[in-house]
Amino acid sequence: MADSLPDHESLLAAAEEGVDFDGFVLERTDDGTYALETPEARETTLEEGELERALESIPAFVSNWRYWDAIGGEGTARRTFLRWCERAPIADATTEGQTLGDEPLEVPERHDALEEGIVREWGQLRIAVRLADGGEGERRYELRHVDDADRAREELERREDPRDARELSTYDEEGRYRPLKTAPTLRSGWVLPDLTGRALVEAVDFFYPATIANWHRERRGELDVDHWLETAERQTGIYDVIDELPREAVDWMAEACCVDSQCLRRREWEYDDDDALEAPGGDGPFPCREPCSLVVAAARKWAILESEAERTYELELTTSELNQLAELIDAVADGRTDEIREADVNDGANRYRARYLRAKRFDENGGLEATKRE
Amino acid sequence: MQALVVAAHGSHLNPDASDPTYAHADTVRETGAFDEVREAFWKEEPHFREVIRTLESDEVFVVPLFISEGYFTEQVIPRELRLEDWDPEKWDSDGTDASQVTLEATDVGKTIHYCGPVGTHDAMTDVIVQRAESVTEDPDVGDGVGLAVVGHGTERNENSAKAIEYHADRIRERERFDEVKALFMDEEPEVDDVTDFFESDDVVVVPLFVADGYHTQEDIPEDMGLTEDYRLGWDVPAEVDGHRIWYAGAVGTEGLMADVLLERAADAGAELGDAVERVRAMTAGSDGAATDESEPKAGD
Repeated sequence: MADSLPDHESLLAAAEEGVDFDGFVLERTDDGTYALETPEARETTLEEGELERALESIPAFVSNWRYWDAIGGEGTARRTFLRWCERAPIADATTEGQTLGDEPLEVPERHDALEEGIVREWGQLRIAVRLADGGEGERRYELRHVDDADRAREELERREDPRDARELSTYDEEGRYRPLKTAPTLRSGWVLPDLTGRALVEAVDFFYPATIANWHRERRGELDVDHWLETAERQTGIYDVIDELPREAVDWMAEACCVDSQCLRRREWEYDDDDALEAPGGDGPFPCREPCSLVVAAARKWAILESEAERTYELELTTSELNQLAELIDAVADGRTDEIREADVNDGANRYRARYLRAKRFDENGGLEATKRE
Repeated sequence: MQALVVAAHGSHLNPDASDPTYAHADTVRETGAFDEVREAFWKEEPHFREVIRTLESDEVFVVPLFISEGYFTEQVIPRELRLEDWDPEKWDSDGTDASQVTLEATDVGKTIHYCGPVGTHDAMTDVIVQRAESVTEDPDVGDGVGLAVVGHGTERNENSAKAIEYHADRIRERERFDEVKALFMDEEPEVDDVTDFFESDDVVVVPLFVADGYHTQEDIPEDMGLTEDYRLGWDVPAEVDGHRIWYAGAVGTEGLMADVLLERAADAGAELGDAVERVRAMTAGSDGAATDESEPKAGD
């Protein structure tokens, strides 16, 4: 769908109803003349010819009106997000429970900033908006990975279609499948250099589905959070069991899965309305309003595992070997195993160290040699 | 404004599971029949739970990209979409004739036309036949050829088998193929014994699955004896017990599936203009890999 910019006639038509937008006020008065106002000046009783010259003297205001009139969608998430991208004031923003970030920019400062380009970050996406050539007020949006901020555009793999976001977000740098779109593992090295507003929103929706919609709801104070307990009790089939996960296990689960190092969404759901979880919710711009399908699937595993009784085992380990077990768990939990150098035998999670421990401590069944204490 | 939501299963483990969903949604996008088209998933994002709020349209057509009426179409999808007043009785179906129900999604206050699954729509019969044409690279395939429509089947849900039998019956009535059978993975008659059920030398096997995955790319080829080990691949056609088996892979990858999405939405009242005709033209014989003229045709 193309959003073509309105022409001069459309502005005059809009003036019949009265234009009052981003500091630009234009009205047709009863005597058939026009009244024009900006924060700097007010002119009245303008005939059509005078109006045209007056408008030419304030191109930033006029082009700003034209662009946003074409974008349309008053009150939609799409429009609000595009306003946020260029730090334009957002009418219905509430300040409760969300990061406002930078102060909004008014016209004409925003117009000047758009000449240079205004940059925003959305998860691992870097959005740069600037005025398109032609002086009509049209914007062009460039999308790339935040890690590529300082790279020349020519060095990056150029993509044109916002739907390419699907392919770009499917695998991480190592070629592994990313089932969680908001995991902080988006690969870099690409650029979508020349997007319209609609195409930008489409691309962001593919990179981080529904984040714009939920962010928008949160700004309006309408985010409908579903806490753990509601979500768990709603499940059926093989996930019916997850509401049996013990209270403290939900804390461990949130710490394992939902912190910033694992997911860029800011967790707003808690155990229950009046029972907060211990793990930090995160600092991202877009909220997480209920446990996602990955958390639900993992919770099923933990609900089954937590139904087992705890027992006491006896096994022979040196102090260093006990510490090494902790190092191994840490290395896997932090995704650090690939970084451990081949010959770094000082690291307990080094492959040779792990193989040595296995050779020494595993029994013929391939597990730790341990005795259950009755 | 009207929107189409294609509701599919998706996967946490297999990156290819959603490929057909995206491909068919893109075909519908190309027609411009809907102001918005969205994919939504149980195991990927956007989740069923959050898809409707991403739309600006007031009128939303939700078409499940599932094969049969059952757990997902009757319980999971309506619940996750927050379709108030949903009740499977409203489809008034005996297992294969759910069309649509108009409801409201309570989180967004939009009108939702919740449609039956693609797998039970009459148009699906044509997709199965087109799949047979694609795999044999023969637009007239049928004479001297047997067709097996293969489903998962499950003792837990009788509708699973009904959908397979429904299409097998419809194709049989057309008298295009010499023989048509419905076969199953988990119930009798079993696909393992495919050659026992056919007299024709050439047998086209079309699994009624939405996406290729474990069942269509590992289980069924090994069970039918197309290959010892799925990792080694198999020939098309493959010789099994004196028959030539033309194994088609999941019907859901056939381009014409986009037509079924549109038909579902049209039945529910979507304004589509000439989109159905355009999709049929766009997807005619799609997915038929480049034809090698020297290859024998099924039934030749």
